[in-house]
Amino acid sequence: MSTSTADRLVDFDEVLTRYEPVMGLETHVELGTASKMFCGCATTFGAEPNSQTCPTCLGLPGSLPTANAAAIESTIRIGLALGCRIATWARFSRKNYFYPDIPKGFQTTQYDEPLCTSGHLDVEVDGETYRVEIERVHLEEDTGKNLHVGGSTGRIHGADHSLIDYNRAGIPLVEIVTRPIPGAGAKAPEVAKAYVTELREVLVALGVSEVRMEQGNLRCDVNTSLAPIGSLEWGTRTETKNVNSLRSVERAVRYEMRRQAAVLDAGGTITQETRHFHEDTGTTSPGRSKEEATDYRYFPEPDLVPVAPDEEWVASLLAELPELPAARRTRLSDEWGISPTEMAWLVNAGAVELVSDTVAAGASPADARKWWLGDLARRANDTGTELAALAVTPAQVAELIGLISAGTINDQLARQALDGVLAGEGDPAAVVEARGLAVMGESDELVSAVDAAIEGNPDVADKVRGGKVQAIGALVGAVMKTTRGKADAATVKRMLEERLVSS
Amino acid sequence: MSELTTTDAAELGRLLTAGEVSSADLTRAYLDRIAADDDAIGAYLHVDAEAALRSAEQVDAARADGGVLGPLAGIPLALKDVVVTEGVPTTSGSKILEGWRPPYDATLAARLKNAGTVLLGKTNMDEFAMGSSTENSAYRVTRNPWDHDRIPGGSSGGSSAAVAGGLAPWAIGTDTGGSIRQPAAVTGLVGHKPTYGSVSRFGLIAFSSSLDQAGPMARTVLDAALLHEAIAGHDPLDSTSINAPVPVLAESARRGAEGDLAGLRVGVVTELGGDGHTEGYEAGVLARFAETVALLESLGAEVRPVSCPAFDLALPAYYLIAPSEASSNLARFDGVRYGLRVGDDGDRDLDEVMALTREQGFGPEVKRRIILGTYALSSGYYDAYYGQAQKVRTLITRDFTTAWEDVDVLVSPTSPTVAWPVGARVDDPIAMYAADLCTLPASLAGIPAISVPCGLSDGLPVGFQVMAPALADDRCYQVAAALEAAQDAARGSRFLDQLPVRSAA
Repeated sequence: MSTSTADRLVDFDEVLTRYEPVMGLETHVELGTASKMFCGCATTFGAEPNSQTCPTCLGLPGSLPTANAAAIESTIRIGLALGCRIATWARFSRKNYFYPDIPKGFQTTQYDEPLCTSGHLDVEVDGETYRVEIERVHLEEDTGKNLHVGGSTGRIHGADHSLIDYNRAGIPLVEIVTRPIPGAGAKAPEVAKAYVTELREVLVALGVSEVRMEQGNLRCDVNTSLAPIGSLEWGTRTETKNVNSLRSVERAVRYEMRRQAAVLDAGGTITQETRHFHEDTGTTSPGRSKEEATDYRYFPEPDLVPVAPDEEWVASLLAELPELPAARRTRLSDEWGISPTEMAWLVNAGAVELVSDTVAAGASPADARKWWLGDLARRANDTGTELAALAVTPAQVAELIGLISAGTINDQLARQALDGVLAGEGDPAAVVEARGLAVMGESDELVSAVDAAIEGNPDVADKVRGGKVQAIGALVGAVMKTTRGKADAATVKRMLEERLVSS
Repeated sequence: MSELTTTDAAELGRLLTAGEVSSADLTRAYLDRIAADDDAIGAYLHVDAEAALRSAEQVDAARADGGVLGPLAGIPLALKDVVVTEGVPTTSGSKILEGWRPPYDATLAARLKNAGTVLLGKTNMDEFAMGSSTENSAYRVTRNPWDHDRIPGGSSGGSSAAVAGGLAPWAIGTDTGGSIRQPAAVTGLVGHKPTYGSVSRFGLIAFSSSLDQAGPMARTVLDAALLHEAIAGHDPLDSTSINAPVPVLAESARRGAEGDLAGLRVGVVTELGGDGHTEGYEAGVLARFAETVALLESLGAEVRPVSCPAFDLALPAYYLIAPSEASSNLARFDGVRYGLRVGDDGDRDLDEVMALTREQGFGPEVKRRIILGTYALSSGYYDAYYGQAQKVRTLITRDFTTAWEDVDVLVSPTSPTVAWPVGARVDDPIAMYAADLCTLPASLAGIPAISVPCGLSDGLPVGFQVMAPALADDRCYQVAAALEAAQDAARGSRFLDQLPVRSAA
């Protein structure tokens, strides 16, 4: 998949000495409706290819679409959550182009009369708030999926033949388009990531989508341009497609900034083009070059009557919106007794819901935060996955914390227990049992380990006996080593003191 | 036997219900006629005699078991090949769909099946319903039963020829700019284009989505009304389907046949063959039209001229809107999922295979309209062409709305000419398009319009068009039935009884 790239890159900090970045994001969200956008077919992920199809989503001659009312409602709720103006009159349009994954030869989408316009989403990066203006939120249908068989790239060129799965064709897709985002400077990559993160939180709160990026529920196109500092005009932008994780959003902006700066520094010009993002290398490469600009020949879809959302209905949808993430964070910060900055860490790590659910499962806020931002965040980072994608549930984390509090395990054993949970060995208690991870009580084994430590380190023992109590740490360490971490350090220390320090 | 094939469908229904004839015998009579005459007429693209007899026997068996059957049960029927039929080849007159057997039924096909009608076969048509003579069919030429050297109209020319020629008691056609009314007119049938949205379009292979409507083609006004009632009504599968009760049409036809039109206000459209607008209209057509208007007056109608200035722009507007929508509707025929695929030899890439498939699969008229429509929708031209045409459409609708303040129905000739000789206009698309002059305004405004025979010119049928406000389809039937009854009474026979009897032998 990855292509070796010969792109020259400018050091990121240096880019900012000469250029001002402007970003724009187009985010596609697959709605979690039970049926497709224009027919009654099911939308279950991972079903047998082409098992969720009918004449309409296959585009068979004579078939007609009917709009999914639940999808329209979800779109309006997204618009309301983003502070958008909701249209009183909206239409679907046809976007005409030939490609096998669109069965009708056009995609049914919205063009000049979208459901929602002019909203905004505030995001926070390092304690500073950036307002991202939303241009529009519109509803359309997803395409099928092509599978190119043979050849080395998995792309159509060089493939032996292609297979098409239309299960995804016609799944309702909401596109959320920002206005250009200037003024973020060095924070541009983080702001882009924070926007998608916050948007995802909003979508989760609304319950309109599963928002699982690894399943393609949420997909981003990232527009990036650079303008010389002080310039009144924005530069030419590139549109990077397939940016399908939060981390990649940040990396894609960073990479494009560095690449474009090198092109501009060399006196070149930026080509307005589509580029592909490569997860493995964090680089972008040009998409298939279009010999001529595509003319989609948009026109209003005559097979669908216009949508005219009733104002009272829209007002009731607004009144019934759930607590939105920003308000929820303020409330949770108070409840958990943490600062806005600490809350921002949780947000950036994608951990607010996870911590909240862990607290709800019985853990203390402090412990929940410590584990999600500490050990678990490190593991997610090591494997390049999202925190939420780790194979551990908040309930399991709470259980782990409970075992620590009860003294059954210590932090070090807990990390081993977590290894087991992530390896699919079961819940923490079961893993502790199966792996024999429980903290040792004052057993014969521990007594002999303590005695052995004193015998094996006579110098240290003497120091302690002589009153240098802090030297006892070395003996504790020795015991922990022989017990492979299963002993409870406090117990060990007490046992050593009993033997070495006269009371 | 041959008597059965000239009997009107309402009477056939009575005979079947009374047990005086079986559906199998009736179906066999039609299949015999098809076998004898269709080589000469060319009305059908697909006939499955066995399947037809099988479903006829099922109806007979159900009747013998004492089952309660609908009024249409056991009556044979032909469907224009634009109607998708489960398991039955459906081509829309195009090579690009040759051999395609759909996995589903159009809503109207399902309704007619449930009503117990017997499908005789699928009728020929201009490819994708684009044409006025059925000469654009990719498969065969269809002859006018009145004169085999002449066209049967189009695009529903297979349906018109079948019904006029005694190869089906009635048939379904579709009308985008006149494709039911004009073929009905030139073959001496009754053809009605319903109010847009009153008959489901689900399962009609789309030509121009905002204009397409299916409707009945029959030998009498009452038959047309009965067939129309069987296919009308809301369909949740069609977003543009109107959720309103099925109109009472057969009753309106029966009432109309009583002949009293007292108080009916009739507007004669000046722009459609009236003073200063007679260019392109045959004298014989205008003469029959004038006589029929006089007949309306004699039945008690108040007749006045009505000017609808925007109608002069209907033709250019239609020939931008319909091709624009068609260029998009026909994009799905790319050889990927069904139908023809050309050039897939393992070396050619996707774009080439798509292009070759469309190059070989579409005929010249279809290509002409795809190119026209693609151009009209292009960025930079959209406002000037498609946008302007939509404005004209609004003006035409406004002309109608204004007219309805003063009159109950508007009338005009259905077509400026009688059936022309096969081949006469094939090289002149503009002349071909002019055949739709009188039918286009009702199509663009989405209102109902019926064509009813109003006499002969040079021995060929002339049609009279009655247009009514949206959802007032019953008025079309009422007025048409009054005219039909008065003419039949004066003539002492039904209109089609004048048709010279022909046989392949």
